[in-house]
Amino acid sequence: MSAWQLCGVPLGGPILNGSGTFDAIAARRAFGDALLEAFPFDLFVSKTITLEPREGNPPPRLWETPAGMINSIGLPNKGLEGFLAHDLPRLAELPVPLCVSVMGFSRAELELLVARVAERDEVSLLELNVSCPNVETGLIMGAHPGETAAALERLRPLCDKPLVVKLTPNATDPAEVALAAEGAGADAVSLVNTLTGMALDPRTRAPGLGGRTGGLSGPAVRAVALAQVAGVAARISIPVVGMGGVSSGPDAADLIACGAAFVAVGTESFRDPAAGRRIGEELRELGVDAPRLSPQTA
Amino acid sequence: MASPARRPRSAARSAVGRAPQPGSPSGAAPVEPRTLAPPERRAARVLAVERVGSYDLITALDPAGPREPRPGQFYMLSAGERWGGGVGERPYLPRAFSYARARPGRDGVELDFLLEDVGPGTHRLRELRAGEPLLVLGPLGVGFRAPGVERAALLVGGGIGVAPLLCLESELASGGTPPRTMLGFRSAAHAQAATLFAGEPDLTTDDGSAGRHGLVTEPLAEALAADAAVEVYACGPPAMLEATRSICAERSTPAQLAMESGMACGFGACFGCVVQTRSGYVRLCVDGPVLDAATLDSALSAGGSHQG
Repeated sequence: MSAWQLCGVPLGGPILNGSGTFDAIAARRAFGDALLEAFPFDLFVSKTITLEPREGNPPPRLWETPAGMINSIGLPNKGLEGFLAHDLPRLAELPVPLCVSVMGFSRAELELLVARVAERDEVSLLELNVSCPNVETGLIMGAHPGETAAALERLRPLCDKPLVVKLTPNATDPAEVALAAEGAGADAVSLVNTLTGMALDPRTRAPGLGGRTGGLSGPAVRAVALAQVAGVAARISIPVVGMGGVSSGPDAADLIACGAAFVAVGTESFRDPAAGRRIGEELRELGVDAPRLSPQTA
Repeated sequence: MASPARRPRSAARSAVGRAPQPGSPSGAAPVEPRTLAPPERRAARVLAVERVGSYDLITALDPAGPREPRPGQFYMLSAGERWGGGVGERPYLPRAFSYARARPGRDGVELDFLLEDVGPGTHRLRELRAGEPLLVLGPLGVGFRAPGVERAALLVGGGIGVAPLLCLESELASGGTPPRTMLGFRSAAHAQAATLFAGEPDLTTDDGSAGRHGLVTEPLAEALAADAAVEVYACGPPAMLEATRSICAERSTPAQLAMESGMACGFGACFGCVVQTRSGYVRLCVDGPVLDAATLDSALSAGGSHQG
């Protein structure tokens, strides 16, 4: 029996990947099966999938910033059917449980995505990426407590697997959104997603990214993540998956001290694909262990 | 999936020369010219940083990496110390470099990287001194494929893009068919890089200070007019690659283009390095950096290389 459980799913340790920061299928092309022998995460979170396939944003998609980067990727993915047919069987070969991230542009889309993904045995948990506008209301779902609650209330009966809500930091009060998610049946929340940012091309003073704005990540957002994780964890009783600029064991320990039960590694994996494993080892060396990490599983 | 790194050593030794051909009579799927990388960043040791005209050549000993990367593959590089804190509090991300030469030895593989100081990352890398750590991830990506049957290889390089052609030249020469090589540079100082080649490349410079005055695509066009039954291998700036693609397309000459785009990771994680192909965006780090020119409408990639 594993000491680590996220919403009842046993894990080998406390380290996840942030959605969209590690493509295990592409990484296997680069690294072969050696990737599976020393897999960097204890739970794998898929890139966000949408109902229809998406090509993503025009390049340039990346911009380096002081101690971080801005991405404007635009959620390229094969769409629900492509994911279920091609990617899910490959992700099921990973040596860790799988969480699938989904995003819908309407409540009906979200219902279809959640129902179709949740019925697959390969999937242990679902994450809802609510950092997109609802085409029916024009509001960013995750930026408004009412929108988040309304979506979750319709999804909850469709899914008997744990639902994790990925909170956006681009909300007036993320803790209010977290409370609404908990009240509407979410099993956990994860935060922070990237912070909206912009970069100008120094030669032209025009937006440097093809999508004009993007999401800031890396050590540059770590202080914001600590504050938001602390603020959210103090208000809710479901587990918090903390992330934002984690580059080392001490960074992960800081998030845990702020109330995170689990920690996700994102941008640091771009610098070193083995970062998740290293950070987990550093956390153990700091003496941060399972009982303290997941009190609600006692 | 069969991979070069897991084939017997005798088969893995030659990169370009013996790679199976697409559409080979056996009908077997072509093997990608890709040596697998260990799945973690590791420390190599800088042996030397020497000036080659306007460029710097970093030589590092990689004790734990694969000994036989394939020409066209690349490594993500960062300094082991003081990576960050430069101009604009950068660099933060590693930088992608094709390896220029690889020399397997008793203690590992010596890797040469050619670089030009164009931003905070390249500036920090060229500050490295012998004995200091260089962090590497690689080799990554898909390298050059062998030339088609009955086609001689013609190498076309521009500026810093000559780097992957060095190991390609060496592979082809060791297979018994030294290629014809054409190189273009801004000036005589940059053209010093041509001295790294074993053969005698045809040289052009933008300012006429060395070799022929003009663009490297001019002798390319003349060569194809004389004999189009070659396979072109090109690496250089986007405008040069686009001109190469266009000239080769007119003659129905196959061309393999080693392209560049800003990358955060190098192994398919960030989706940042996409270039537009006829079948949509592809990630240059896992589907390239060498692309078949026939898959492109244009080699002018908007991805650029903003990082320096």
